[in-house]
Amino acid sequence: MPAPEPPANGYTRRDSVVLGFFALAAAAMSTGCATDKLALDEFVQKHFKDLSGDELKDRLAQMEKRYSEEYGKSVKVSATPPLPGVLFGYALDLSRCIGCRRCVYGCVEENNLSRDPQTHWITVLEMDKETGVDLRHADAYYDHETVPHPGKFYMPVACQHCENPPCVKVCPVQATWKEPDGIVVIDDDWGIGCRRCLAACPYGARRFNWGKPSIPPDELNPNTEYLGNRPRQRGVVEKCSFCLQRTRKGLYPKCVEVCPVGARKFGNLLDPDSEIRYIIENKRVFILKDELNTQPKFFYYYGL
Amino acid sequence: MTRVRFVRLAVAGASAALLLTVACRPVEESSPRFGKDVEGAAKTTVALFAVAPPPFSEGIFPCSECHFPTDKVNRTPHAVEFHDDIVLHHDEKNRWCLDCHDAVNRDKLHLADGRLIDFTESYLLCGQCHGPTLRNWKAGEHGKRTGSWSGAKQYLLCANCHSPHSPRFKPLKPRQPPLRQEAIR
Repeated sequence: MPAPEPPANGYTRRDSVVLGFFALAAAAMSTGCATDKLALDEFVQKHFKDLSGDELKDRLAQMEKRYSEEYGKSVKVSATPPLPGVLFGYALDLSRCIGCRRCVYGCVEENNLSRDPQTHWITVLEMDKETGVDLRHADAYYDHETVPHPGKFYMPVACQHCENPPCVKVCPVQATWKEPDGIVVIDDDWGIGCRRCLAACPYGARRFNWGKPSIPPDELNPNTEYLGNRPRQRGVVEKCSFCLQRTRKGLYPKCVEVCPVGARKFGNLLDPDSEIRYIIENKRVFILKDELNTQPKFFYYYGL
Repeated sequence: MTRVRFVRLAVAGASAALLLTVACRPVEESSPRFGKDVEGAAKTTVALFAVAPPPFSEGIFPCSECHFPTDKVNRTPHAVEFHDDIVLHHDEKNRWCLDCHDAVNRDKLHLADGRLIDFTESYLLCGQCHGPTLRNWKAGEHGKRTGSWSGAKQYLLCANCHSPHSPRFKPLKPRQPPLRQEAIR
């Protein structure tokens, strides 16, 4: 391969990038402010998957310090690895869900979702029993005195954690990927806000932070994960992470725990004795938009 | 003996042992059995579920504080004035109190064949009529679990969600709907 011609002005593109970094570093030094040093570290940081053990530890410590200062309480940030031999699956019983939205707000509290502007990872759709699952005429804004409303049924939708996720395919910077335990994760520090994933998701499961997410400090859940529920920033996409801060420690996701009718089921698809396998093998199960070959690990079923 | 032959022998021995264990294993129940009162439980491993305590109304239990074994009992179905807060709406045409509550030992329930069970085992009683539901409950499909998907979890009793006297779910007030997109600033 021939060497590229040197540019007329004597500077290469690489030189200017390096110079730019020096300029930035100089600016950071001159203010003498610790947060600027942090901002610079964040600017030149590596991709999550490329961080070595020590680098990751440093990064987590930096985050903990920043969040603890910001929220005035001790915040823990971990990077729990996926459990070996585990592929997470989720099932939701449409004949039992009553559309009470307890899951929506349980998720908000557990996963540190922005209260203002409002972000919800779960959308509960109301549809007519007579027409069945018909997403075009679904209503997410129903507001009845009590639920279930006569003649209606309810279908909560969140990230389907596809085996073949379109959102991951379209990401130009690999800020979102599928982990070995099947959870599709987002690195909040790596997203560039292009929102291609938002457009690619056929389930409308991704949310974009148009404004700076805000969480009242006393409501912040201090047990956070790098790829999960740590406080997010403006200009990045977020979505359900199967509560990996809980599920990778063996706990049920929050939405399972708060559901008052037991419509939500969760477990290891590779374990033949798990609840989730029992449901898939014994119940009438379907997945959303199966014609798209996204292969969701979120199963809807009729328990009754 | 060469090393290779020794390894082969060891592998053969191990597989024979494995086959033997598999062959000798008792036929596994698709769902575990419960409680020593139930026939056949002694033969199989008794797997007990951790269940939430029964939801008694305050100050109502133990029943034997008011009802004594020596009491004369009117066994003909009739309205019970003292417990007028209970409205029976559960196949009430065919059933009444003493079909489930034991007349002699008031702190127990009884199954259709007369065996006594504790209130903590009430799912056995429910399962007499609702068999498929009990099967699904044992498998973790019916009802709500809390705790760990991989390990110890707590099961709720049927009665924790469905009042035994009126089991149909009562409608709930939903939490507030999401903001419409145009309202988000």
